[in-house]
Amino acid sequence: MAESILGKLGFGRASGVDKAGWGRTLAVAVVAFIYFLPVLFIIFTAFKPQGDALLVPPTLSPTSLFGLIPDHFVFKPTLENFGSVFSRSMTPDGAPEATGFDRYFFNSIFIASASVLLALVIGTLAAFGFSRYPLKGNDTYLFIILTTRMLPAIVVIIPVILMFRVVGLSGSYLGIIMLYTAFNLAFTIWMMKSFFDELSPDVEDAARIDGSSGMRVFFKICLPQVIAGLAATFVFGLILTWNEFLFALLLSGPDTRTVPVAMNQAVSSGGRGTDWTLLAAIETLFLIPVFLVTFFLQNHLLRGVTFGTVKR
Amino acid sequence: MSTIELRKVTKRFGSFTAVKNVDLSVAAGEVVCLLGPSGCGKTTTLRVIAGLESVTDGEVVIAGKVMNNLPPEKRDIAMVFQFYALYPSASVGENIAFPLYHDGISGAERTARVNRVAAILHLEHVLDRLPNQISEGEKQRAAMARAIVRDPNCFLFDEPLSRLDVELRQSMRGQIKEVLQGLSKATVIVTHDQLEALTMADRIAIMKDGLIEQVGSPHEVFAKPANAFVASFIGTPQMNLLEADLKTFADGTAEMTVAGINLAIRTDAAVARLQPGKVTIGVRPRAFTATDTGDRGTISARAELIEPMGAETLIHARTAAGADIRVVVTRSQRVKVGEALNLRPDPRQTHVFDGAGKAVRS
Repeated sequence: MAESILGKLGFGRASGVDKAGWGRTLAVAVVAFIYFLPVLFIIFTAFKPQGDALLVPPTLSPTSLFGLIPDHFVFKPTLENFGSVFSRSMTPDGAPEATGFDRYFFNSIFIASASVLLALVIGTLAAFGFSRYPLKGNDTYLFIILTTRMLPAIVVIIPVILMFRVVGLSGSYLGIIMLYTAFNLAFTIWMMKSFFDELSPDVEDAARIDGSSGMRVFFKICLPQVIAGLAATFVFGLILTWNEFLFALLLSGPDTRTVPVAMNQAVSSGGRGTDWTLLAAIETLFLIPVFLVTFFLQNHLLRGVTFGTVKR
Repeated sequence: MSTIELRKVTKRFGSFTAVKNVDLSVAAGEVVCLLGPSGCGKTTTLRVIAGLESVTDGEVVIAGKVMNNLPPEKRDIAMVFQFYALYPSASVGENIAFPLYHDGISGAERTARVNRVAAILHLEHVLDRLPNQISEGEKQRAAMARAIVRDPNCFLFDEPLSRLDVELRQSMRGQIKEVLQGLSKATVIVTHDQLEALTMADRIAIMKDGLIEQVGSPHEVFAKPANAFVASFIGTPQMNLLEADLKTFADGTAEMTVAGINLAIRTDAAVARLQPGKVTIGVRPRAFTATDTGDRGTISARAELIEPMGAETLIHARTAAGADIRVVVTRSQRVKVGEALNLRPDPRQTHVFDGAGKAVRS
């Protein structure tokens, strides 16, 4: 049987294939491939020799797949572009110089994780408060918190720049982390509140009767139940923050520049036109951290997103 | 001493009064069931004892101490919840051990205690599993184990058996009773299932609309219901409550009109105190004898519907005036639909309730 062979290969390990049938599974695979195609194209471009980036028709594959793909669609993979991300000559004949991208990658990771974690800590506590100890006009407060996310960044950027300049936060880690934290808070509070709302109040009552104080109920009983929610909130917050461009462009300084900003500058500097392979290499590297985090948290993520939709 | 006492306890939620002026005392080693239809305030009463709800008025006294202002964690009580409320992210063993952490009990002692209650409740094989990996019956026992693992002032059970199937319910009923007997703690069990209450309780408190209607032993509430509500609530099939017009009472016999029929039936001597007028007669379905010939002491009715229940048969009969009467007869007594029945109520089991529904009894 074909299925048993495929099963041994790891296909159909999920019972999904049995249920949905191969036709539907393949259809989904095709759609998924179409979605992934732009990302794949960028990743391939990162490995292309510089001249190959704008070829028409484009080269499509680093390998001929045993002669399946005609030679003129095959490019010769190189790691050169990745080297140029961190060090390259800035003038046509100049010696290679450090580009500072190691610093920018550190900045991106540091700023994004610090602000998302900070928002997660504050937001989870706030969400628990909103969920368990509702104030008079609870919903109004929640709505007000959400309004901070209703305006496009461009609308608030000017007052923010002015305020940052006055208090001297422009260009500092503290400033940008605070700003991102504030922006992530709204999202975190709303997400986490819905997770806490789903928990059975009986379980907390039981813990209180068994002798736990309010703090202990929160840390020992409630928090372990919303780990999936924490993971989901963390990943979504991280992706939003990781890719943020406008605030970073206007509020980070030379030392606190994040990758999206630096990428923009790398593309437009040098006067040689856009170096597409270099850009693709930066993007590929830029994908890795978020990709890894999402990958390792994906089980939690799925449970987090579908939380409450299944029967308790 | 492990006792519970409620003194004129009232609980209001906004303008709604869930519990009204409730007095109840539970002695050490005694099991009291709060029984009533849904929404009668029984669970609220339990939550008030536990400290999960504050009292609006009155006093909650546990082990001789007024506990009104103490949070649940300081009351030293154990409670089993309707939906078990096991900690989902902790194993069954950790669930059972959880209350012990707060009593400052050492690791070795903790393990020993958990193993002991696990053995009593047959949970040894599931100690390492998570609550969502065990059966409904095991969850119930795990919740029970978590309650008895330490030595609290009292036990509270909120509908402990409502989620189990009939068979499991019967065996758990026995198990809970057995476990509780060995503990000599004041115990309050909330239930809406009278069979549960009748079998497990030393005393039953029947509640309606936030009020306790009657407190008494299972035998008392069944044989001597304090009012028409208790009479109709306790016992299956339900007691027949017939509107009657009391005329006179002499020599232990009351002359009255029931559903258009003039009757002379023997009743409690206290009926003499009543003025002639509207009363309610309560007769349990099993307290009728069907006789061949009617007289002034029998109610004549026609069998409308027959429900065999195994050892007995339930007959729904209707009088000429349209009053429905439930009668239970033994299996050997064959009755056909449409047959005329002459039903003689057993005078010792005929209850008379006055106009306000209160039992008239000497």
